Amino acid sequence: MDFNDTPEEAKFREEARAWLKDNVPKASELEGLGYIEQAKLWQKRKYDAGWACITWPKEYGGRGASAIEQVIWNQEEAKHDDLPGGVFSIGQGMAAPTLMTWADDDAKARYLPKLASGEEIWCQLFSEPAGGSDLAALRTRAVKDGDEWVINGQKIWTSGAHYSDYGILVVRTDPTVPKHKGLTYFYLDMKSPGIEIKPIKQISGDANFNEVYFTDVRIPDSQRLGEVGQGWQVSLTTLMNERASIGAGGVNVGFDSVFKLAQKVNIGDRPAIEDDSVRARLADWYCQEAGLRYTSYRTLSALSRGDIPGPENSIGKLVGAPKTQDMASFAIDLLEQSGAIWDEELSAEAGLFQGTYMSIPGLRIAGGTDEIMANIIAERVLGLPQEPRMDKGIPFNEVPTGGSKG
Amino acid sequence: MNFEFSEDQNMLRDQASRFLAENCPPATVRRVLESDDDYDAELWGKVVEMGWTAAVIPEELGGLGLSYLELCVIAEELGRACAPVPFSSSVYLATEALLMAGSQAQKETWLPRLAAGEVIGTFALAEGPGETTAKSLATKAAGGKLSGTKVPVPDAGIANLAVVVAAHDGGDGAALYLVDMAQDGVSVSPVPTFDPTRGHGRLVLDGAAAEPLGKPGEGWALAQKLLDRAAVLFAWEQVGGAQAALEQAREYALGRYAFGRPIASYQAIKHKLATMYVKNTLARSNCYFGAWALNTNAAELPVAAATARVSATQAYYFASKENIQTHGGMGYTWEFDCQFFYRRAKLLSVAIGSERQWQNKLITAVEHSNAA
Repeated sequence: MDFNDTPEEAKFREEARAWLKDNVPKASELEGLGYIEQAKLWQKRKYDAGWACITWPKEYGGRGASAIEQVIWNQEEAKHDDLPGGVFSIGQGMAAPTLMTWADDDAKARYLPKLASGEEIWCQLFSEPAGGSDLAALRTRAVKDGDEWVINGQKIWTSGAHYSDYGILVVRTDPTVPKHKGLTYFYLDMKSPGIEIKPIKQISGDANFNEVYFTDVRIPDSQRLGEVGQGWQVSLTTLMNERASIGAGGVNVGFDSVFKLAQKVNIGDRPAIEDDSVRARLADWYCQEAGLRYTSYRTLSALSRGDIPGPENSIGKLVGAPKTQDMASFAIDLLEQSGAIWDEELSAEAGLFQGTYMSIPGLRIAGGTDEIMANIIAERVLGLPQEPRMDKGIPFNEVPTGGSKG
Repeated sequence: MNFEFSEDQNMLRDQASRFLAENCPPATVRRVLESDDDYDAELWGKVVEMGWTAAVIPEELGGLGLSYLELCVIAEELGRACAPVPFSSSVYLATEALLMAGSQAQKETWLPRLAAGEVIGTFALAEGPGETTAKSLATKAAGGKLSGTKVPVPDAGIANLAVVVAAHDGGDGAALYLVDMAQDGVSVSPVPTFDPTRGHGRLVLDGAAAEPLGKPGEGWALAQKLLDRAAVLFAWEQVGGAQAALEQAREYALGRYAFGRPIASYQAIKHKLATMYVKNTLARSNCYFGAWALNTNAAELPVAAATARVSATQAYYFASKENIQTHGGMGYTWEFDCQFFYRRAKLLSVAIGSERQWQNKLITAVEHSNAA
C-alpha cells in the first residue's frame, strides 16, 4: 500500500502538468464563444495533443493510459478552474464504453475518434414517462421494415438532446414477451426526420433536459448494438458506466466550500467554525468525502488488474448526492436570513449554495434514484433477493399499468 | 499509487481469520461474558504464540519487526471476532507508547516482555465522567511518586504495566509515567461495564513508584500523538466488527421468512443492509488511508487517524444496532450473539475518546494542515 506516486506516475504527472500549463485556453480565446464552442475548442486541443480520453486505445483517439494515469490527469486538470466541458460526458462516459463493448470494428473506427475529439456530441435516450426506475417498462416501439426499423414513441430526461449529433436508444421490439426480453438497442442520428425535441424546465429554472418525440423515425439495422431482444443486456453496460460517471463529480459544494464559509460567517459573536455543532457536521462530511475518494482509489487498483466497473460504483452517487444536498442546506443556514438570497452579485460564492440547493434534487434521481441505488447494492453486492415482481414472466402487453400512458 | 494490501498481508489476514475462527468462536466470547474473568487467558496465550503481540516491535528487542500494515490486518480480524483479549491496551497503547517515547533502557526492560506476552500493558487516562484534559488531571506526580485515581482503566485487573497520564512534577502540563503494577502503592478493583468481555478496573495510585516516559511537560502532546496512532488500529478493529455485524444480519435476513418470503427481500431490510455496507465501505477506505499514514508516519496522520476513527465508530454503532433490529425480538435475547457487537461497538467508541472528540480533532487537524 502506497499513496505516493511511483517514479513513473510522478513523471506522467509532471508531463500532464506541464502540458496543461502551456495549453489551458486563455480567457481571451474563449471570449465570445458559446459554451459548446468553448468545450469543443478545449476538447479538440486535448485530442490533438493526445490528452483526450486517455485510457482509450490509440486507434480510437486515446493514448492507452492506465486507470491510475486517468486519475492523475483528472487531478491535474481539476487544478485549473473554469475549464469548459461537461457536454461530452454522456458520449465519452456512456455511449463510448457501450460502443467499445458491442459495436463492430467499422462503427468503432467511425464514431469513437470523433467522440474523443469532441467533434460529435452524443445523448442518451432511455427513460420514458412510463419507465423511469422501472426502465425496462419502456414502450417506445420499433418495427422492422426491410433493412430499417421504424420508431414511434417518446423519451424523457434526455440531457443535451438539442445539441447532440447522435443518441443511444433502447426501444421495444417485441411487446408479446416479458419486458426485459423484448428490448433492442440502437444508435441514431439526432437529425433524423421525425424527431422532435422539447426542453423541460426544472425547479432550478434551468432546462438541461428534454422530451424527445419519435414519429416514424427510421434507423438502419446496421445501427443496432447486440441482437434483437438483447437490448437490456446492452443497456446495462451503459448504466454501469453512467453510475460511475455521475458519481464522479459535476457538483462543487463540498467540504472545502462549506468549511471556508464557516470561517467567514459568525454564530453569535464568534466564527461559525468555532461552534462544536458545526465542527461535528463538517467532520462527518469530511469523512464521507474522504471515504468516497479512497474507495474510488481502491476501485482503481481493481480496475488496473483488469476488472470491469461493478455495482460498487453505485456508492458514489448514493452518498455524494444526499451529502451535497445536506451541505448546501447547511450552508444556507449558516448565512441565516440572507441565505435566502439567490443572486450572482448579492449571494456568498455567487449563489453557489442556493444554486446547488435548487439543482441537487435532480442528481438524487438522475441515473437511478437513491432507492434504486440501494437496491442495486442490496441485490448485486450483498446478494439479497429481489422483491416479488407482479410483471415477472408475463408478456409485456399484458402487464398492469395503472393507466399511465407511454 | 497502490491501494491494496500485499499478497503476504492478505495471506496473514487469511491465517488470522482461520486462527480466530478456530480459537475464538462465539462460545469463547460468551464464556468470558458470563464469567467474572477479565479476558480469555487461553486465547491470549495463543495470540502471543502467533507472535501478534510482537508484530511491530523491532527484532533486536524480541519482536518480529513487521510493519503497521500487518498490525492493521490483525486488528481487523480481532475486531471481527470480538476477541476477549487485552490486545488493544497492551499493543496499540502500552507497546506503542514505549516505541514512541521510551528510553533505550525502558525499551530493553519492557518491550521484549511485552512481545513475549510475559507482560500485559495498559494505558490509564480517564478520571471519571466527562473528558479528561491536561488541565483537569487530578492524578499528580510528586517526588517520582504518583497519586490519584484512574477510572475506568481497561485491563487494569490483568495488566503488569500501566502507562499513566498525570500532571507532572513541579511544572505545567502533563507527563506520561510507566507504573509497574506489582507494588504496594497500586491497588485495582474491578469496574463493571456493559461489555464484560473486556475487563475494566479502578486504578488507585497512592504514592506509587513511577518513571517518566518521554520528556516531562510534553506529555500531553505525546499522549495525543499516541492516541492518533492507536486510533487507526482501533478503527480497524471497529471496521472488522462492523463487517461481522453486517454479515450476521445478512445471513439472518436471508433465512428468516415473514409473510411467505425472506425478510431480506423487503426493501426496508435491503436498504438498511445497503446503508450498513455503504458506511462500512467508506470507513474501511478511510482505514486504508489511515494505515498508510500510520505506517509511513506521514504528516497527514492526524487527519487520517481522525477520519478513520470517526467513520469506523459511526459504522460499527450503526451496524451493531441495526443487526439487532434485523433479527427482531430474537436479536434482543441473551441467547443470540448480536449483543457482542452492540456491546463492543459502544465500548470501542469511548475507548480512546468519543466520536465528538474525534470529530473536533479532525477539524482541528484540517485547520492546521490548511494553515501549514
